[in-house]
Amino acid sequence: MKIAVCIRRVPDTEMRFSIGPDRQSVDPTGLKFDLSDFDGYALEVALRLKESQGPGEVVVLSVGPESTLEIIRKALSIGADRGIHLAAAQVPFDGLAVAHALAAELKDGGFDLILFGRMATDTGNGTVGPMTAELLGLPCVSAVSALELAVGAGTGTAERELEGATESLRFPLPAVLTIDEGIARPRLPTLKGIMAAKKKPVESRPAALGSIRLTIATLELPPERAAGRIIGEGAGAVPELIRLLRDEAKVL
Amino acid sequence: MAFDGVDFYQLDRLLSEEERAVRDTVRAWVDEHLMPVISDYYIEGKFPKQLISGMADLGLFGANLPEEFGCAGLNNVAYGLIMQELERGDSGIRSFASVQGGLVMYPIFVFGSEAQKKHWLPRLAAGKEIGCFGLTEPDYGSNPSGMITTAKETKDGWVLNGTKMWITNGSQATVAVIWAKTGAIDDPKSIRGFIVPTATKGYAAKDQKGKLSLRASDTSEIHLEEVHLPKDALLPKSGGIKSPLSCLTQARYGIAWGAMGAAMACYDEALRYAKQRIMFGKPIGGTQIQQVRLADMLTEITKAQCLCLQLGRLKDNGTMTPQQVSLAKRNNVNMACECAREARRLLGANGILAEYHSMRHMANLESVYTYEGTHDMHSLILGQEVTGIAAY
Amino acid sequence: MANILAFAELRGGAPRKVAFEVVSAARAAADASGGGEVHALALGGPGIASVAGQLARYGADVVLVLEHPGLEHGNPEVFSATIAARLRTGGYRAGIFPASAQGRDLAPRVAAALDLPLASDITGFDMTSDGLIARHPAYIGKAIATLRLTGTPALVSLRPGAVAPVEHARAGRVEMLEPGLEPGQARVVVTAVTERAAARLDLGEAPVVVSGGRGLKAAENFKLVEDLAAAFGNAAVGATRAVTDDGWRPSTDQIGQTGRMVSPSLYIAVGISGAIQHLAGMRTARVIVAINRDKDAPIFKVADYGIVGDLFEVLPRLTEEVRKARADH
Repeated sequence: MKIAVCIRRVPDTEMRFSIGPDRQSVDPTGLKFDLSDFDGYALEVALRLKESQGPGEVVVLSVGPESTLEIIRKALSIGADRGIHLAAAQVPFDGLAVAHALAAELKDGGFDLILFGRMATDTGNGTVGPMTAELLGLPCVSAVSALELAVGAGTGTAERELEGATESLRFPLPAVLTIDEGIARPRLPTLKGIMAAKKKPVESRPAALGSIRLTIATLELPPERAAGRIIGEGAGAVPELIRLLRDEAKVL
Repeated sequence: MAFDGVDFYQLDRLLSEEERAVRDTVRAWVDEHLMPVISDYYIEGKFPKQLISGMADLGLFGANLPEEFGCAGLNNVAYGLIMQELERGDSGIRSFASVQGGLVMYPIFVFGSEAQKKHWLPRLAAGKEIGCFGLTEPDYGSNPSGMITTAKETKDGWVLNGTKMWITNGSQATVAVIWAKTGAIDDPKSIRGFIVPTATKGYAAKDQKGKLSLRASDTSEIHLEEVHLPKDALLPKSGGIKSPLSCLTQARYGIAWGAMGAAMACYDEALRYAKQRIMFGKPIGGTQIQQVRLADMLTEITKAQCLCLQLGRLKDNGTMTPQQVSLAKRNNVNMACECAREARRLLGANGILAEYHSMRHMANLESVYTYEGTHDMHSLILGQEVTGIAAY
Repeated sequence: MANILAFAELRGGAPRKVAFEVVSAARAAADASGGGEVHALALGGPGIASVAGQLARYGADVVLVLEHPGLEHGNPEVFSATIAARLRTGGYRAGIFPASAQGRDLAPRVAAALDLPLASDITGFDMTSDGLIARHPAYIGKAIATLRLTGTPALVSLRPGAVAPVEHARAGRVEMLEPGLEPGQARVVVTAVTERAAARLDLGEAPVVVSGGRGLKAAENFKLVEDLAAAFGNAAVGATRAVTDDGWRPSTDQIGQTGRMVSPSLYIAVGISGAIQHLAGMRTARVIVAINRDKDAPIFKVADYGIVGDLFEVLPRLTEEVRKARADH
């Protein structure tokens, strides 16, 4: 099986950050960066499929500047076979521009499966996967929470979570899937994997980005919540809580 | 909350990408697998055996030994970072890895025959065999040359008799590297190493009970009573007290890094607590006495980090001496003991609870202060090195 | 003035609450920016044209309907092709989808098919003379981005709960559509939509969410949380990542950075310490209450009201008092 996984380098969202002086981006000083969470699940799915379906190749792709190579190498240390870096000075916020660059690269790759994470934890857009599928003219299932493939038959079944319900779908291969959490626990890079990653091939070429029609005009920190208070201790504080919820907050 | 390390002097930038990746992966493993269970295992006095396979899968055993034996083939700075991150979790867990890698796999790698290496190293790397290192005896701790365990040559091999004590992993090991005198009892040059499968008749291991330190680790007595071994149990290239001591140098190197991990854990815990804990209307981190504590801990940790990084580069260069390791082990373990104690004090009453980690580290570090050459022994090693006069 | 297209999501042939939110948002945007019609789009199986009246009530001038056997459960390819075909006919300046699971699947397909700008998961938007401006929580809600879309029609997906449905009755004239793709030709096929545990309010729609974390100590103790939710009558039960990872609750109940993001009127955090990745999922709730025995727990920093105490004592008392308070109504 030949599987492509499109990955993105994002800031660790556990950290506090501030807005940069351009007021349009996050100040990278002191931030740690890593593979986006959902991309980690997608990579894990790809590696498990490669392990269970016999000989195959997992290729990771990422659009961005030099720093993008860090997460490509991380993906290689986790187990991907080779990496493709599509170089761009900045990753556009506009998912469609990024999708064009990925589609151009993936078009003639002969992949059975192209995987994305459900969304990037920095943009929160969740658009590049389905857009890339559309540009490639490939079937797409997004936010996959369960997956089974019948590679010989060239089909697969998937589940996705709707609000209060689960949707079951059937799709042919090749296909594009975006992966949700819960489907597989991502593995850590092993020490051998880290050493082996150095020898795995990574190609770098300019990204053929599409035109950018969605831009960030300004980026701001959200308004601080007004400070709350501890209203009491133990079960004895409950009547006071009820009173506050009813009379002050008016939510009861 | 995920552990973020301590890097006041930006030493991270002096590490290679691989070294950072190794450190990060062990750090994440400790957060995910060890931290959730360690307090309970420590209280119960049990080693969390179920973690062995995960550690093996990650490649933590004998990580600086060559790939041809199923090991990761890492450099020594990376190996040190592994020990640092494991001990950030618990000294007992790091002890397990030190023994398996530095005291069992290492002597087989250096003193063993090709057949022994090919058989044992991959199995030990995979965690399929668990090893222990039998050097110390009830009456011969700081003075291992005085050991009275004997290995007499027989028609078909060897027969071993003696007692070893304070042996980490002793009771769960499947294979033991035992050091014994093959010649006269007062002849340390006759000390040789033997690979002893623990199922061999005459080998008995018993856990030492009542430990108040290193509780999440098995520490055992080993009794060898007419243990018959084939000829090829001997580690052919071993000879004299220098052989086991060179293994100890490996382990001590790892411990210098490990102690730093424990100190970092305590400092990190103390710092977080100090920022959040309100007393007299403000965080205790804003009081002078606690700030002095934190400043002292940070200073000692930063110094130790500089020591370890240079020591690792010397080792990778092939020029590291045992005395250089003594300096680092002695300094880092001592400073870690103090960091742990001061952190415990900063935590106040909460600091005596197992849900906080500093007191567990404090208790553990007393063992680390004592084993692998006591603090005092290392003082004398350094004293002899600089004056030329042995004062033992 | 050009029109605004609003995708009305249905389930089981009936509009979901987000359908009314989207139509209301389209109505408000049209009225605030010089007019144009609101065209609601309802796609599904036979008979769904009957929803037109409801959509009209929230401001749809026209209800475009596709009814087709085999589309009872919907189909992403048929739906996106149909929406794209309609937008191609021209006369639209914006297209609004809900940022529900379905909407977030359809909107990017349509955007790529038509080469249009799309702002996802927005909390509000304005149609200005310079184009559409939208607001979007990025970095899991730790930053608010104001986005500019260049090109027309501009597409957006609207976060559920961000805009309240407002009744604003219009004609709702029904127009039947042809499918943009013959259902038999769709490559992806929806084989089933299985409702989860009966009558459980969805986390994204419930006005009250009661969530439990590690402090509950064991899976069976979630009964206390469920009892409190039942006492409210209109509450859903959520969970932290720690307890879903341990299997105490299904992962679909997880609230947080990689789970659900919710904005209820009232969020009650029980035995939850307040890790950042959890806060990301609920910090936009109108009122936050926290119950935890550790007064230094980070959750108390975001809670409007906190009770420090043993949840095993506090919860039953709270459940009882909530029942009484609601009975008094």
